[in-house]
Order: sequence, then C-alpha cells, then structure tokens
Amino acid sequence: MTFRARHLLGIDHLAPQEITTLLDLAETYVELNQRTVKHADALAGMTQINLFFENSTRTQSSFELAGKRLGADVMNMSVAHSSVKKGETLIDTALTLNAMHPDLLIVRHPNSGAVNLLAEKVNCAVINAGDGRHEHPTQALLDALTIRRAKGRIQRLTVAICGDIAHSRVARSNLILLGKMENRLRLIGPRTLMPAGVADLGCEVYEDMREGLKGADVVMMLRLQKERMDGGFIPSEREYFHRWGLDAEKLALAKPDAIVMHPGPMNRGVEIDGTIADDINRSVIQDQVEMGVAVRMAAMDLLARNLRSERGRVLAGPGLWDG
Amino acid sequence: MIHFQNARLIDPEAQTDGSGSLTVEEGRIVARDGEAPSGATVIDCNGRALAPGIVDWGVKIGEPGERHKESFRSAGLAAAAGGVTTMIVRPDTLPPIDTPEDLEFVARRASAAPVNIRHMAALTKGREGREMVEIGFLTDAGAVAFTDGVRVVGDSKLLGRCMSYAKGVGALIVGHPQDPSLSKGAAATSGKFASLYGIPAVSPMAEVMGLDRDLALVAMTGCRWHADQITTAAALPALRRARAAGLDVTAGTSIHHLTLNEFDVGDYRTFFRFTPPLRSEDDRLAMVEAVAEGEIDVIASFHTPQDEESKRLPFEVAAPGAVGLQTLLPAAMRLYHQGGLTLPELWRAMSLNPARRLGLESGRLAVGAPADLVLFDPDAPFVLDRFALLSKSKNTPFDGARLQGKVLGTWVAGERVFG
Repeated sequence: MTFRARHLLGIDHLAPQEITTLLDLAETYVELNQRTVKHADALAGMTQINLFFENSTRTQSSFELAGKRLGADVMNMSVAHSSVKKGETLIDTALTLNAMHPDLLIVRHPNSGAVNLLAEKVNCAVINAGDGRHEHPTQALLDALTIRRAKGRIQRLTVAICGDIAHSRVARSNLILLGKMENRLRLIGPRTLMPAGVADLGCEVYEDMREGLKGADVVMMLRLQKERMDGGFIPSEREYFHRWGLDAEKLALAKPDAIVMHPGPMNRGVEIDGTIADDINRSVIQDQVEMGVAVRMAAMDLLARNLRSERGRVLAGPGLWDG
Repeated sequence: MIHFQNARLIDPEAQTDGSGSLTVEEGRIVARDGEAPSGATVIDCNGRALAPGIVDWGVKIGEPGERHKESFRSAGLAAAAGGVTTMIVRPDTLPPIDTPEDLEFVARRASAAPVNIRHMAALTKGREGREMVEIGFLTDAGAVAFTDGVRVVGDSKLLGRCMSYAKGVGALIVGHPQDPSLSKGAAATSGKFASLYGIPAVSPMAEVMGLDRDLALVAMTGCRWHADQITTAAALPALRRARAAGLDVTAGTSIHHLTLNEFDVGDYRTFFRFTPPLRSEDDRLAMVEAVAEGEIDVIASFHTPQDEESKRLPFEVAAPGAVGLQTLLPAAMRLYHQGGLTLPELWRAMSLNPARRLGLESGRLAVGAPADLVLFDPDAPFVLDRFALLSKSKNTPFDGARLQGKVLGTWVAGERVFG
C-alpha cells in the first residue's frame, strides 16, 4: 500500500500508485456502504471539521456522511457569511480552528490556492473540497472510481469532457488524474469557456461536439453556472443546448457502451437532456454520488493513518526519552 | 574634496566601462582621470565599479496614509543601501498627491531621507479619472510628472484633454498601458500556467490595447508621454511606430519583469504577484533585448511596500507589488552576468535615461555633473534575507535567492550616505 500524502490538496501531488491505492480502498467502502450497518472505526475518536467558505450542500453532506460512517465527530462550519464579513482573515480562521485540535479539515474556498495556504498553518490533515478554479481532487477520484467500475479499467480510455472548462475545478482535477493514468482526453466546448493554453496540456480541443464525441468511452458533462448564461460567455441557454447540450442524437456518435457522467447539480435542458440523465443504461450520475461517499471515506482513512503514524513518530522520538 | 582612484568607471553617457579616477568637490564632479589633488580624501576603489547613482522612477512610499509600510526615512535608507541616489516618488498614496498643498507636505517629509527625492503628482483628482488636477500649479510646486499609477484613466476624452493641457504646460504624463476592462480582476498572464493553477488571468494583448490607445492620444495632442511598464513583446512594434512618427514617447519596464517569469509564482507565492502580472519567458527575453537595443529606455524597481497581512492571502486577492530599492542593483547584475546587458547599458536605463527624461542633471560621470555616485562590487555573491532589508516592508520575491552585486558606498552630492 502506497499513500504518503499528508494532505489531499490536489491530484497534481499524487502518484499513480497512490491513486490506485485510494481507489482500491474505496472499493471496500462501497461494499460497506451497501450494508444495513454501515459503521467502521477508522476515524473513531477523531474530529473532522467541514469548513466551507462557499455554499455546497452535496459535497458537504457527502463528507459529513463519510466522516460519520468512519466514526469521526463531524462539525460543519459555513463561513461564507460569518467571520469573513467581520474581517477575519483566512489564516486567522485556520488558526482558530487549529486550536480546537481537529484531525481532519475539509475546506472549500472561492479562491484558487486558498486551501494550500491554509494547510501550511494547521497541524491536521487537510482535504481540498474545491478551491476557486484550481482543483477538486475528491471529485476526480470519485469519477475515476465510477469509470473503473463501469469500464473495468482507468487506462487507455477516450474521455470527452464537455462544457465550461475554463471555470471548472472539476475539469482541471479530472484532466490531471486521467492524464496521469494515460487516457486520451478531449475537451469540448465554446471558445469562451475554454482556458488559454489548453492545447499545451496534452488534450485535444473540439468546438464541434459531434466531432469530439466520436468514439468516446466516457462522456463527462460539466455544469454551466447560471451566472455565465446571460450573454457574457454564451448567447443563450437554448443556443448552448443546441450546440453543446448532450442529447440522444449527439450521444449516438460516442461508443455504443459509452457512459455519461455529470458532477451535479444538473441543469436539465441546458447541458444535458433529461432523458439521457435518467437513462440507467448510459448514465452513471447516481453512481458518482455513491462513489463520492466511498472515495471520501478512503481519502480520510488514508490521511488519518498517515497522521497517526506521524504523531506516533513524534511521541516515540528520541528527544522525549533521552532527556 | 574626494578623489576616487583605481576605479572601474561605468559611464552610461559615453557607454564605456574602463579603469579611471574621479575627483569630486562641492557636490560635483570636477575632474576625470586626473591626479589626486592635495588635501583630497583619497578612496581606493580597488578596481570596483563606480557608476552614477541609480535614479529609481516609480517608488511608492507610504506617506501619507500607510506609514507603517514605508516612510521617507526608511525608504531613503533602503535607497542609499541599494545605490539609489534619486527616488522618483509615486502619488498613489492615501490620499493621493493631487494638490500643490499635498505636494508641499510630502516634499517637507522627504527631507527625512538621505537621498534626492522628486515627486510625481496624480493626473486626475483622487486618481478617480474624472477631473484633471492643477497641472500648472503642481508643476510650479515641483512635480516632475503626472500619473494615476496603475489606475488607467478609462475616459479617453478626459485623458486627451489632460494630455492637451499638459502639452501646454510642458508637463510629462506617465501612463500605465493596460486595457482596464480586460485586466480587471486578473492576477496572472493567461496561458498554461494560469490555466493549471486556476488564477484569473489577462491576455498580454491588454497591454497592446492600452498602449495603442494612449499612443493615439499622444499623436492627437503632441504631449510628452512615458509608459511606466512595457512587459510584453507584442507591445514593442507600437512603440517603434510611435517613435518613428516622431512622437515624444519613452518607455520603462520593471526589474522584476526582466528577471522573473510567470512560472516563478509556483505554489501561489504572493510575493510574485505584480501589476502587470509576470509574463512568459519569451516576453522576458524580449524585454531584456529591448533594453539592450534602447527600445525600452528605463528600468525601475517599482518599489511597492506591502505589509505581511496584505500578502498572507490567497494569491488572487493578495496585494500586488514588491519592495525593490535594495534589490534593483543585484537583480540587474543577474542580467549582466547572464550576458544580456552590459553595465553601461544597464546604467543608461537605470540612471542616465530617467534623469534626462525628468530634466535632472544626474545620471552622468561628466565633469560638472552632480556627485551622485555608487561604488559596488558586481561579482560579490550573497544570499538575500528579506528581514535584513532596510524597508519597513519585507515583501521581496528574491528572499533566499542567490544574488551577486554588493553596494560598497553611496554618495549624494558628494556626501557619503551609505558604506
């Protein structure tokens, strides 16, 4: 078993073996989660704080459930509207929480790099639950687990990621993870939603969704944020759906057994047709939610193990006994 | 009377770099390569470089409003230690320097510094881009140039009128070539790096657009104009065309854009956040070449003190800028040792050109020039410790960097102010 990381701040810092280790462990939690009694004790006695500077119901509940199933004491803190408004800095918030001795800190923040900054100031393990447009590692890991279970592998697949790539941390983390695992990556979307310099990142870029979907094994749709819909980036919802919305006709160009993914929450009729989203033969969107809990349990379990052995080393260190 | 002997004289005017001696009396250079006059204090330079003191154009001092970040006294000491003998001070203070009374205040405060200080004034009242300042009164009060700093005057009609009025007074306007709507909220240059790290970014084209507009207005009004920072290769052709058309235009760049690139930001290091943001390596190399060719006239530090709290924030919301008075010379030595620029070329951009453009007598080693001098060892290596800097603020991207170039002594009007 290989997993050395102290924090999970992004996929960028993980080696392929670490990703595999995490996914393998997550499989065991998938099984646990399907039982009636879902309790394990990997985090027994530990304190987990979900620190969300940006509102999120889904991710926060997923982390909360994952922590509780592993026996942690879980506390939710939504700071989107409290101390930040009072002028407390991110670092002060981190130090305040740190003084309460949490073992796991799950952080979401609207600025890229903010979670890295916070992780430097605390003594516990930190999981990035999404920072600005940077990374959302547990999302990429749950997507990887979903793909692996549906396709039997996570290598040598053609994965098409469609939609608002520019503003998406989900897309970034997925690009990095799927790239590390040696898959063929395609990015599909209007130029206004494509980040600069993507062609240098080793992916193929398509504006024509039909071209981009040809022969794809995995079709990953991204959410189009409401605030991008009103003429600033795209002319209208209906034109967007016409050109980049996933419907049966466009999906027919992908491989016959291609799976459809979406990180949620979906805008039906904007980026994805409702019947596709609900098609149990193609859509793995509900599986993604299920895998989310398992992957987060695995991530917290592994970080907790590293935390314990790190603290163990400190306690058993020579300085304590040598006088 | 002081006689510097056995010196390596860096003469930016003659573009020479050779051994010689220099004699100084009553604040001025009185002889080159003469014998030591009797009664003179003889300083043996041991073959170290003796050059005109640096004229650093665009220094921010926290007075008034942010004296905890920098005072005239602390900046002056840092300048002396960095070989800067004249600071051209920015007006983007709190409140901005936009009336003759404000200018009088800072001019009085400036006497606390051991080096020369000249002041720029805001171009519009409150730097708000709505009404022009009293360009005439402020010129009479000693303002050497007018600028709203990095706040671009968005209203082209108003900027055109400011330029016309300045033309009549003979005043110099300093512009910040940048399209304000494109660069709004940006903290990096768009490209692979910014995309990977998810940092809001601006295309280098925003600089070209800003420059094109400003140069069109200069052509319309005929005013004297200087671009504070040109940082992208794409902006150079416009500059070339303007000069070929005979416009009274000069341009500067920052030492940080000459020595660092976008990848130096690394893991969201906020000491590397600048306005404009750091550019690609291709742009950096193009800027070094443009300085060597004389297309970029001025290199400055754009000394911008920021307290620790302003920098201990997520990258995109952290305050931009770095202190530079003490690191300008050693950073410039990187360019010298890498072979991109000679010492006379560097001193043309760091001393002679800014002095000329601002109507100052310094920046020269000629007989009769003010004895503003820096004696330095261009080779001496050291590792920079930011807490050893004399500025009140310690925000430097060169913390822990291996640098070469140590100032051994600084003289202002023949008085030793450092070393």
